[in-house]
Order: sequence, then structure tokens, then C-alpha cells
Amino acid sequence: MKKTLNQKAWFMVLPVLLLVAFSAIIPLMTVVNYSVQDTFGNNEFFWVGLEWFEEILHSERMHDALSRQAMFTAIILLIEIPLGIFVALHMPKNKGFWSSLCLVLVALPLLIPWNVVGTIWQVFGRVDIGLLGHSLASLGIDYNYTQNSTAAWFTIIIMDVWHWTSLVVLLCYAGLQSIPDAYYQAAKIDQASRWNVFRHIQLPKIKGVLLIAILLRFMDSFMIYTEPFVLTGGGPGNATTFLSIDLVKMAIGQFDLGPAAAFSLMYFLGILLVSYVFYTLMVNSEGQGS
Amino acid sequence: MKINKSACVMVLYILFLMLPIYWLINMSFKTNQDILNSFSLWPNNFTFDNYIVIFTDPSWYKGYLNSITYVVMNTLISLAVALPAAYAFSRYSFMGDKHLFFWLLSNRMAPPAVFALPFFQLYSSVGLFDTHIAVALAHTLFNVPLAVWILEGFMRGVPKEIDETAYIDGYGFFGFFRKIFMPLIASGIGVAAFFCFMFSWVELLLSRTLTSVDAKSIAATMTRTASASGLDWGLLAAAGVLTIIPGALVIYFVRNHIAKGFALGRV
Amino acid sequence: MAKITLSNLAHSYSKTPASPSDFALKTIDHIWEDGSAYALLGPSGCGKSTLLNIISGLLAPSQGKVLFDDNDVTSASTSERNIAQVFQFPVVYDTMTVRQNLAFPLKNRKLGAAYIDSRVNDVANMIGMQDFLNDKASGLTADAKQKISLGRGIVREDVNAILFDEPLTVIDPQMKWELRTQLKALHQQLGHTMIYVTHDQTEALTFADKVVVMSEGEVVQVGTPTELFERPAHTFVGFFIGSPGMNVLPVTVVGSKAMIGNHEIQLNSTYEQLSGTIEMGIRPEYIKLSNEPSGLAIKIDRVEDVGHHKIVRTRHALDDQSLGINVIVKEGLEITDDMQYLVFEREKINVYADKWLQDGKAAI
Repeated sequence: MKKTLNQKAWFMVLPVLLLVAFSAIIPLMTVVNYSVQDTFGNNEFFWVGLEWFEEILHSERMHDALSRQAMFTAIILLIEIPLGIFVALHMPKNKGFWSSLCLVLVALPLLIPWNVVGTIWQVFGRVDIGLLGHSLASLGIDYNYTQNSTAAWFTIIIMDVWHWTSLVVLLCYAGLQSIPDAYYQAAKIDQASRWNVFRHIQLPKIKGVLLIAILLRFMDSFMIYTEPFVLTGGGPGNATTFLSIDLVKMAIGQFDLGPAAAFSLMYFLGILLVSYVFYTLMVNSEGQGS
Repeated sequence: MKINKSACVMVLYILFLMLPIYWLINMSFKTNQDILNSFSLWPNNFTFDNYIVIFTDPSWYKGYLNSITYVVMNTLISLAVALPAAYAFSRYSFMGDKHLFFWLLSNRMAPPAVFALPFFQLYSSVGLFDTHIAVALAHTLFNVPLAVWILEGFMRGVPKEIDETAYIDGYGFFGFFRKIFMPLIASGIGVAAFFCFMFSWVELLLSRTLTSVDAKSIAATMTRTASASGLDWGLLAAAGVLTIIPGALVIYFVRNHIAKGFALGRV
Repeated sequence: MAKITLSNLAHSYSKTPASPSDFALKTIDHIWEDGSAYALLGPSGCGKSTLLNIISGLLAPSQGKVLFDDNDVTSASTSERNIAQVFQFPVVYDTMTVRQNLAFPLKNRKLGAAYIDSRVNDVANMIGMQDFLNDKASGLTADAKQKISLGRGIVREDVNAILFDEPLTVIDPQMKWELRTQLKALHQQLGHTMIYVTHDQTEALTFADKVVVMSEGEVVQVGTPTELFERPAHTFVGFFIGSPGMNVLPVTVVGSKAMIGNHEIQLNSTYEQLSGTIEMGIRPEYIKLSNEPSGLAIKIDRVEDVGHHKIVRTRHALDDQSLGINVIVKEGLEITDDMQYLVFEREKINVYADKWLQDGKAAI
């Protein structure tokens, strides 16, 4: 659609601008402020320049948290995206009772408060009272997510897959719904194989939503806080201390405002940078699609 | 043959999704002793005690009321400011519109953990700490960009000629917006409201940081009670089950719009 | 290439059809001759796409059989039937080049690379896409994409039939002419059995050797364009074909005379004992405006000049209602105020009972 040039439109955007400025810019300024100062208490601050940034950049603790985070995000993307596509391909296509039921059940994990998701898996995975933990233990597997870091990782990953694969499923499902029947009919007539149908019809049509799915999963998994906080509290040791958990520990637990602020800014900018690349890719593919 | 394979995949996947939830429900109908002493696939001594505790103890049920209060406030505020903005983005071009749009979106990408402390200080300094509005406003940071994005997608689908026809027919801007435009994008508003509700309902970190007593959310109640009084698993499970219900209801009502909203590629 | 026989065929989308109106397709017996070009013509929702999908095997009929030559293929899958189909909207594989698109049906059938190569080049020449073979299909215009769909339809030489499901809907009017001409030429060149579904009478009449007209799930007439024009078997055909369609007027018929109210019209044939609702059909092309009071008295409502002729909308007062009658007159004719009568060309009048054409004996 061709848009008309109208500078007065700014007035319509103004409420959003004021609101977001109030809840984004002011806090961000606080963060920036802290990130370049140090304090000995009593609300007395002095200028330290970029020291905090340097410290964070060279801190072993941050490197470890970052590599754990990157590893976690990579693993869940590698599982959730293919699994989500796979499940979406098998969702019932026709409207009706079964497809509604599937839709509601599949979407359910997305609307459970994140701490409850943590609680559910905390309970489910316990050796004494949880179905999963109990079953694994009775199979003779040494499984205790509070003491064994492999078990902790396994539980957190399966929890994230449980929690978020449905988002990928729903997105891909919507993308698949928009493919006209004629494409499938033409493929039948051309004797295209199942793989060719996927490769040349379905995949190109869900490319757009798939990019969104990857972007969202990347962003959200990179910020994951509540679920591992409830499940393992970042442990055992620091085995599941991801960036957000570490940040909250630093800022609210230890009240190391300077390093925490510097850390926050770099964290935010990092996510923003990756997201910008995705966003550009997405806008470009949207332009091609139409 | 093909139908069977699809059904198998769906059954397995849904089983995977439902088992942990079933386990939670199972436990919510047991007493704490039962849970700790005997492992069983269903409640042996079926009891409503956990639910009765939650519905009679104000420190529990107030948590639900508080959560619902700030979720509804947040949804209303988000939609109220997002509607005109989305209209502007979908209809007009103006100085800096593209940058503004991305900047708005970028807020959706901000880790809540980054904002936890500054929010705490900001709302404390203006005297809003431990109020519903504080949580509602904090959540708008994530929901408004999302709502603008979703609504803009739906509005772009409404041809501009409709606006022009309405003006020719003598509608003023507000009359047109309320009587003609809003009904046309009703499902878009529904989807946007759904996502606002969803995010605000599931979020823990900010709502826990910004409240202490009067506006304490159910999520915060759950995490705090759990650590304070030793773990009463049955009670915790019942509280968890009750938080799933509003979400399930919301999904049920918007199930047909969701696919459409997703199809527009706007989440 | 094959002859296609539909035997006692019917289809309902409901699983338990109760009344005839539940059937999207009412019982049909029809033979599509080998190597002919057919058009399947009818308004939207008349069941023509249903019929096409049954022939292509995308839909299983509720009853009856489909035979290709003498083989029963009713339960055979689409790919076993070895047919080609071109859809309403261009279906191209966006990820492939034009060349890969055209080669795709052949590749899937494991044909030799050399053969595929030469065949793709031939087809590209036929559809005029030879210069774009290495372009990505996604960047092309709608009509170029539809040409590719068309090309994929004709790329296999051994297909039993090629089916077209309103293939020119999304094409610009000017390109329509070009593509249709190309299609007609391809049919003459290749000699495939072709079935072309459309709701556009011009497309149907120019493309087909024989036109099958459908209405409400029923085949009402199969005939050459001339037959459909001169002797519509059903008032629907008369009305649907032609612009404007045939005038259908309520009459009473006795022997070789038809009466519109008190006005008597001499017919070419004699009819005996017609029962049901009797109507007479006369095309606007075969009516003359006249100032002779022996004709049917009318009033002219308005005259529409469409360039090479004029359409005159007239009214005849019959009892308390008025009958609209359309007349086509030549461009040069001047319409004067005293032209208040109509004269019908006797041999062009058809008589219908309950909407179906009646054959009379030649009158002396």
C-alpha cells in the first residue's frame, strides 16, 4: 500500500513514545549512569569511565556464563526448530473438533506462567516424587538434577523443548495453512516425492514464519531466567547459570551495580545486534514473498 | 496409512506435553504425606484440601486477584496506546518512521533482567513500588511494541479506500475509527490482546521485583511461600494448576484467530 | 492419449446425501472423445471443478465409474492416471529455475537426461519462454508463471489428458487472447484430449471443438458452439450463452402457433400436446424492430450502443406485468419513434417445456 506523507502522524505515535520512553529510556539512562561510576556506599558515586566494561569483558565468570548461554541456545534451537516443523507437518489440516483440540493442547504450555513451568519440571524430574525422575531411577540411571550437572542440563533442555516447541509448531502450522491446495495437487500430478513437496513447496512458504520463530526462540532463550531459576537456581555449582541468572545475582544479590550495569548494556546490545540481522533478513524475505 | 502416521505423531507429541501437566494435577489432589511417602500414578486418597487452602487463605487467593488486576490493566493500556500508533505506521509515512518502528521493536528484545533493578529504583522513587500499576506499566515495555507490530500487520490488510469512503460519507476521524475501522480489525485486536495477556500473565522476574505485599503476584507468592514454609508439594501443585486454567480458557476462545494472527507473520 | 468415459457418475460432499440438492454433481453419463478439445462451461458453483477433480483423481466420486479408454481408473491415484492439470492460479516451484520447473515432472519419472533436455527446450519454445530458461521462477509475472504451469502440463508426451481449471483467471485481458490462441495451436499440434473449465463463454467457444454446459450439478447440453447458439437444449444455455442471452417468453402453443397474450406468432414446426410451463426462446440477434402494427407491441426503454451494434431494451405489456425483451440492431440503423413493434425470425424460434427444448414436426 502506498502511504501518504503526513508529519502529523507523529501525534498518533506520541502516546506510545511517551510510555516507552518512560519505561525504557529512563531506566536505560540509569543503567548507563551506573556503568561508568563506582561507589563506596552512601549514594556517593565517582566516575570510572569504561573500567567496568573492561572488567566484564575480561572476567572469567562472564565468559563462562556466555559460553553456557550460547551452548544452551544452540542446543534448543537445533532441537526445537526441526521438531516444531516436523510436528506442524502432522497437525490435522481440516477445521473441526480434532484440529481445535490439537491446537488448544499444543498451545497450552505457552500460557503457563514461567515459574510454574519450572515447578512442573522440578516436581516431574525429582527421583522421589516425580514420574520422570522415578522412571529414570528405576531404569538404573543415575539421575539427580540438583547434584549432577549433566542431569541438570538434560532437564533444563527438555523443559525448554516442552515449553517452547509449540511456538514453532503454531507458527509453521499457520504458514502451512496458507498454502493453496492446488500446490499439493500439482505436486501429485508431477509425481513429486514427499521430500520434494517439503523442499520445494512447504519450506519456501514457511520460510518467513520460520525466520520469526528462530528470531523469537533465539531472543527468548538468550534471556531465559525464570525456569532455570526455579528448577536449579543456576546450579549445581554454576552449571546452569545463564546470563540473566548471573546478572540478577550480580545486581540484586550482590548489589554490584557498576559491573552489573556494564554487563546489562553489553548483553542488550549483543541481542539487539543479532536481532537486527534477523530483522533485516526477515524484511527482505517479506519483500520477496509478496 | 498417512492419516495414521500423522495421528501417531500428534498423539506422541501431545502425550509429551500433557504428561508433566497431568503429574501436577495428580499431585494437587494428594496430601503432602501421600506425595512423599507413596509413589502412585493417581491419587490414592483423593482430596480437595489443597484447593480449599488456596481459596480460603487470603495470602494465596489475593495473589491471583493481584495478577489478574495488573494483567488486565496492562492489556488495556497497551491496546489504548498501540491502536493509534499502529494506525499511523500503517497509513502514513513520516520523518523517522522506519527507525522508530525498529526502535519500538527492539524493546521487545530487551532482557527483563536488564531492567529489573532500574525499574525497581524508578518506581520506588515515584512512589509506585508495590502497586498494580507499576507492574502493568513495566510490562507495557514489552507488550506495546508487540501490540503495535501485530496491529500494524492487520491494519495494513484493510484497504485505504475504506478510510476515504468513510470520510466522504461524513464520518469524523473518531467516529470512523470506532464504528468502522475497529470492527474490521477485531480479530487483530483479539490477537494483540491475547499476546499482551499471555506475556503479562507468565512473567515472573519483573512482577516479583516490583511488588512486596499489596500487589504481590501469584507467581511471586508461589516462589516465596515455597521457600519460606518448607515445601508443601500438594499446595504448590494446586496453585500451579490454578494458574494454568486462565491460559487454557484464553486459548480456547481465541483458537480460531490465532492461526490467522500467526499467518500474518506477526507474533 | 485416451478416451475418457464417465459412467453413472455422481458426487456429494456430504457423507449421507439425503436429497438431490446435497449432490454437487448429479448423475452424469458422458464420453470425452480421444483427441478432442472440450470446454466445460458454467457459472461458479455449478459443479464443474468437482467434475474436473474427479477426472484428475484428486476427488473420489460418491458413485459411478471413470474409465480411461477401457480401464477403470475410479480408484486409481492421480499419478497413476497419468494426466496433466493446469490450475486457476499459477503453480510454480519458486525455488527452481524455469528450466528445473519444466523438467520436474520428467525427472520424477526418471527419464534420461538427454531426453529431458531436448524436451524442455521444445516446450520452452512452444510457450515462448526459451529466453528465460535459466531465470528463477519466483521473479516472473503472473502470466509468465502461468505459461510455466502450462509448460509443465504439456511437457510429458504420453499424458492421457490435459485438464485446465480456469487457467486464465489471473491473466490480464490482452495476455488472455495470446495464451488462448497458443493453447488452441498447441492442441492442434499435439492432439491431446483437453478439458478446459471456465465460466467465460468467449473462452469456451473460442477454445473448444465441443462445449459441455453445466448448471446446478447437471450437464444440460453438449454441443458445438453453433449448436449452443442456434438450438440451446435448455433455457439456461440460451440465457448463459450470448450477450445479452436469449429472450425467454411465456407463451401458449397450439399446433404451429404461439400466443404471447393475444399476439399470435407463426412457428416453423407443429407441436402436439405440450405439458408443463411452455416458453419460447428467441435470440436478440433474430428480432427486428419495426413500425408495422402486425408485430408485437412494445415500448423502448433504452438503447445501449456497444460499438459494432446496439442493444435495445424493450418492454411488452402483458396483462398486468411487463415482459422485458432485448433486441440487437445493426449500428447503422436509425431508431425512430414509430418503431413500436417487434418481428421475430420464424425459423430461429425455439419452444421449451419445463425449460427443455421441444422438437416439433415441420409445419407445412
